[in-house]
Parts: sequence; structure tokens; C-alpha cells
Amino acid sequence: MNVLEANPLLETEEPERKPAPTEAAIRRKRRNLLLGGCTTLGALLLALLFLMPLGYGAATALKDKDGVSDPNTPILPVAAETFEYEGKEYDVYSVPMPDGEVRELALIQPGRESSVFIDPEAPGAGPIEWDGRWRTLDKVSGLSPQWGNFAEAWNAIAFLRLTGWTLLYAVSTVIFTVVSSALVAYGFARFRFPGRGILFGLLLATILLPPAVTLVPKYAVFLQMGWVGTYLPLIIPHLFANAFNVFLLRQYFMTIPKELEEAARIDGAGPIRTFVRVIIPQAFPALTAVSLFHFFYAWNDFFEPLLYLAGNRQIVPIGVGLSYFSGVYNSEPHLILAAALLALALPVAIFLVAQRVFVQGIVVTGVDK
Amino acid sequence: MSDFTQAVLTARRRRGARPTRPASPMQRREARWGYAFIAPWIIGFVLFWAVPIGASLVFSTLDFQLTDPGATSFVGTSNWERALSDPNTWTALAATFRLTVLFLPLSLVVALGLALLLNSRHLRAAGFFRLLFYMPSMVPLVAGILIWQQVLNPQTGWVNRIIGLTGVNATGAEGIRWFDNPVLVLFAFSFIGLWGIGNAMMINLAGLQGIPTELYEAAAIDGAGWWRRLRSITLPLLSPVMFYNLVIGSVLIMQYFVVPWVLFGATGRPDGASRFLLVHFYQQAFVFGDMGYGAALAWFIFLVVAALTGVLFGTARYWVHYGTERS
Repeated sequence: MNVLEANPLLETEEPERKPAPTEAAIRRKRRNLLLGGCTTLGALLLALLFLMPLGYGAATALKDKDGVSDPNTPILPVAAETFEYEGKEYDVYSVPMPDGEVRELALIQPGRESSVFIDPEAPGAGPIEWDGRWRTLDKVSGLSPQWGNFAEAWNAIAFLRLTGWTLLYAVSTVIFTVVSSALVAYGFARFRFPGRGILFGLLLATILLPPAVTLVPKYAVFLQMGWVGTYLPLIIPHLFANAFNVFLLRQYFMTIPKELEEAARIDGAGPIRTFVRVIIPQAFPALTAVSLFHFFYAWNDFFEPLLYLAGNRQIVPIGVGLSYFSGVYNSEPHLILAAALLALALPVAIFLVAQRVFVQGIVVTGVDK
Repeated sequence: MSDFTQAVLTARRRRGARPTRPASPMQRREARWGYAFIAPWIIGFVLFWAVPIGASLVFSTLDFQLTDPGATSFVGTSNWERALSDPNTWTALAATFRLTVLFLPLSLVVALGLALLLNSRHLRAAGFFRLLFYMPSMVPLVAGILIWQQVLNPQTGWVNRIIGLTGVNATGAEGIRWFDNPVLVLFAFSFIGLWGIGNAMMINLAGLQGIPTELYEAAAIDGAGWWRRLRSITLPLLSPVMFYNLVIGSVLIMQYFVVPWVLFGATGRPDGASRFLLVHFYQQAFVFGDMGYGAALAWFIFLVVAALTGVLFGTARYWVHYGTERS
């Protein structure tokens, strides 16, 4: 069963019974329309509330430093508008003219009772004299997104370096864990051997048990080996399969009809050949899903990189790098938010592109197998 | 995914049903290939689980300082006595359980509610909404934490400004300080946690779509309303999925670390509310370098999690409905 197939967007509407709509049918239809509208509107409000922090992050990441710390700051990044005239910057005010019109003019020569303005739209028309106190006028402000914040954050966190190390970590462990987990999953799915039940039970138990209980001796040994401060303690264990991935892949392998493998065996293929030629192509959706899951897991991994790379800040992955950055730049929230948005861009983009595979994977590897 | 919990529950039964007749050469050959395929996991299990767990227990009886490994000595149960008499151990356990009690039911209900909403036949553009509600789960955790840290800022954050619109004085000097109050901070943790609810929601949704529609049609003919259908059909048939979410959720909260660490480090602010079990362990073992004491704390956490999962699986047979046994 598949979430995607039940997508109402793709579903055709229920066939309507054309002949002579009775009053009850009309009422029912109207009620359904109303319920549909209310449900969808409610969902929209809920989604807006749920995603509100992203909007806040985007708006704030584009503000300048003053705009961030002012409690009465407008929601959007705005700044006072200025106009450059004869090599100098002048503030723009909204000025009520004697004829009742309000014009946006730049103040070039403030005076007590009368001031001189210039029209930014037509500076050639010359200065405009205005009688009145300029201090009573309101400054004009306009949208002024500080796109430079992203460049600044990009450089300050060394975004390319962080992303490079994170990609190295994510891609290498995806390859290691998917290959090793697929082998182990095939072993559990298709071969009978003494102790299989107990071993599989142990495998499931390691999903639930806290890895903290293994950390102290592991750290001590890795330190002895000189691995602390490198990626080796983070990458090498993935050569030995991951219990959750094994479980998901085993569930999927068990749904593949055995006849295919028997045919391969009759043709003289050994178990390894059968695995590579028959199982791997059949299990492609599950393997893709597990790869994606693991990619995002590695992208998010924090605890172990924090622990094993503590002495080597130059090579930390992006999560740890962001946390160091926020500790140093805690008085500049606009830069922190710009960095956070940079960090989420790639995973979210990958998700949006691969969301069909991804969502399918949650289901394929999951419930109804 | 509910198959996972089912597999755990039935693992023992399957074991008992194994035939014991002597193996034929073909069976031995099959067994050899089986061991060969699972060999990577067996090696990994021994190297990275079995031996370290045992070694952890040995370490917990040593006075082993990372700063001075040469001076390691056997101290018997004193690390354990210290762990049990350290007030921080108990505040950490209390903080972890407080968050569990608040966030676990909240996340289960919200994940179910969103799944029901996405599964509703009244909802238009369900695929689009599914994408919107799932998307925050794709935001890297630390990026999400930093965004929430700012959006919950007492003065400039939108949360307080939205609350302020209702007339409550949220942004002022007496305003709502999400990160300075040991109760409010649990809500801040919960908001951040709800952003990661996507997987539980999707698993629920898949479970909902697996329920045969004939059941609902029959119930509707019998005159059952929405609430009655939810209680008598949806919830029992969804209980394996809910159980899976409950087990994974509680195991994850027991190891809660990244959010408190990024927001508060090892300070435990406010009032110890962010000193969770794993924060306490990390601070002792790797910040102070007291590895012997850290090992004792790790074993303490291990026992707590084992007890908790044991209790959860023990209750499963009273409320989790697995229908007919599948092979």
C-alpha cells in the first residue's frame, strides 16, 4: 500500500450521479464543499504556524544589525531610504506640499522654519523650498534586504569547507553502510542457520539500546590508536552494517519472490552472484530509500563528531560547525540565521527533488511488508 | 515499521520453534553462507557493542582520568556510589522524565492528528500539505535549533510578538522568557521536537491508509459517528504503529542531547532543566575527563533505558493489536 497512490491530487473525483439531483444530494454536496473548504483552510493555517519560524529566519537573516536587536522592528527587513545628490547621501522624508500632495523628497539643507529638498525622481528640476519644521516629518523607509549577510555568514563559517567535510562523511558512510547492511540483511532474510533467531534479536536490541554505554571504552581505544581528531572512528564502524538499515532491508528482501533466486541457482549462480544479479536490482527502491535515510542521518549527526573531532575544529561537519559559530557570534543573530538557512538549503533541496523516493521509502520499508 | 516492534515481541517465540534434527550437508552449506553474509554485522557487534559494553562495566570500577591515564587504579564500587549519590544524576533523571511526560504524549497526539488531517477525504491538495508538514524534519537539527532560539527570543521573536497580539504582555520586561524558566524551557524543547515529527506522521499516515475502508463503511451504516469510529476502528488498528512511535520516541528522549547542548552547553540552565542524562554523562566523561565515573553513568543510563523498554514491551500485549500472526 502506498501513500503516493492515495494522493487526492492524482485521484479522480468520485463519479457524480447525474440524473435528477435530489434536494438531499444537493445539501450533501454543499456540506462536503463546506467541510472541504474548512479543512483545507484549517490545514493551511496550521502549516503557516508550523513553518512560521522559517519565515522569521528568512526575514531576520536579511536585516542589518540594528534591525535585529530593536524590539519594535518591523517584520520585514527595512531601512531608511536615502538619496545620493552631488556626492552626498541625504535622508528621504515624506513631505506634505502646500497643494495637499504628499511627496517623497530628500532633505539637502535642513533649516529651522524652512528647508530645502530635492526630488529624487527629478533631481534636474532643482532644489525645492519648503516652509515648515522638518523635524515633524516622517522618514521614508523601504525594503532593504541585506543579501550581504549570507555572503558574510558563508565566509564566517567557512561554509564550503564545512559542506565538503559533511559530504565526505555522509557519502562515504552511505556507501559503506548500504553495502554491508544489504549483505547482512540478505543473510538474515534467506539463509537458515543455527542461532539466527537469537542473533536477529540481538540486532534488534542494538537499535533500542543507548550507544552511550559503549562510548567510554571506544573513546579510550580510539585515542590509543591515534584516531581521535580524525574521521576514522566515525566512518570505519559503518563498514560493519547498521542494525536499523539491516532490519529495513531484510523486511524488503523477504517480499522478493524466491522463484527468481531459484532460477538463478539452477543456472549455476552461487549465492554472491545471485545476490548481486537478482536481489540488488529487485531491491533498488529500498536501497535508495535506505541511502537517503542514512544520508540525512549523517548530515544531522552531532554527538559522535562533537566527541571524536573535538580537538580538530577545522574538519568538523556542518552541525558541529554551526554550533561553534553560534557560540562565537551570539550577538549577531542575523548572521546566525543566515548561516542556519545556508545549512538547511542543501538537505531541503535534496528532499524536494527526491521526495517521491523518500516518502515511498518510508512506506516501502515499513508498514505493510 | 510496526513490524519492528512485532519482530521484537515474537523473536522468542520463533526461536522456540526451531527444529533440532541433525543437519544435512546442504543445510550446513546454507548455514555457512548465512554466517558469511552476516559476518560484517557479527564482527561489528563484537567490536563495537559486546566488548565495549563489558569493558564499560570494567571501566566503571576504575579511577581512570583522561588527563592522567597512568594513574589508573581499581576503586571497586565507588564510582557507582558516587553516581547514585550525585544530585546531578537525579536532577538529570528528573529532567529527562519531565520532558518525556510532556513531549512524548504531545508528539504522539500531534503526529496522529496531522496524519488524520492528511488522510481526511475533505482535505484538498493533501500531497502539498504532506510536503509542508514533513519539510521541517529535513531541516538539519542544529539549524532548526538556532532558528527556534531566535524565534523564541523574548523581545524580538515572532512567537512572543504573536502572543502579544492577543493582549498578553509577552515581549516586555515581565514577558515570556522561554529559555530562563525551567518549565517554559520544556515547551521550547517541545516546539523544537515537533519540527522533527515528520517520520512519525508519515508512519501513522501509512498505517491509516492500510485500514480497510469496508470497516468504516460498515460502522457508518451502524450509525457510528466520527469519534466512535476513531476509538473503535482507527486506534485499535493503528496501535502497532503507535506502539512503534512510542518505543522509538521514548528511547530517543532518554538520549536527548543535541538540543540542550547547543542551547545551554553543560551549564544545565535554567535551574538544571537542561541537564539531561546524556549531558551529565558527556560532561563528566569527556569535559572533565573522568572516564571511570562516566562509564558508571553510562551503565546507569543503559539500565534505565533497558528497564523502560522492558516495561513498554511488557504492556504491549494489553493494548497493542496485532491482528493475525504473520509468518
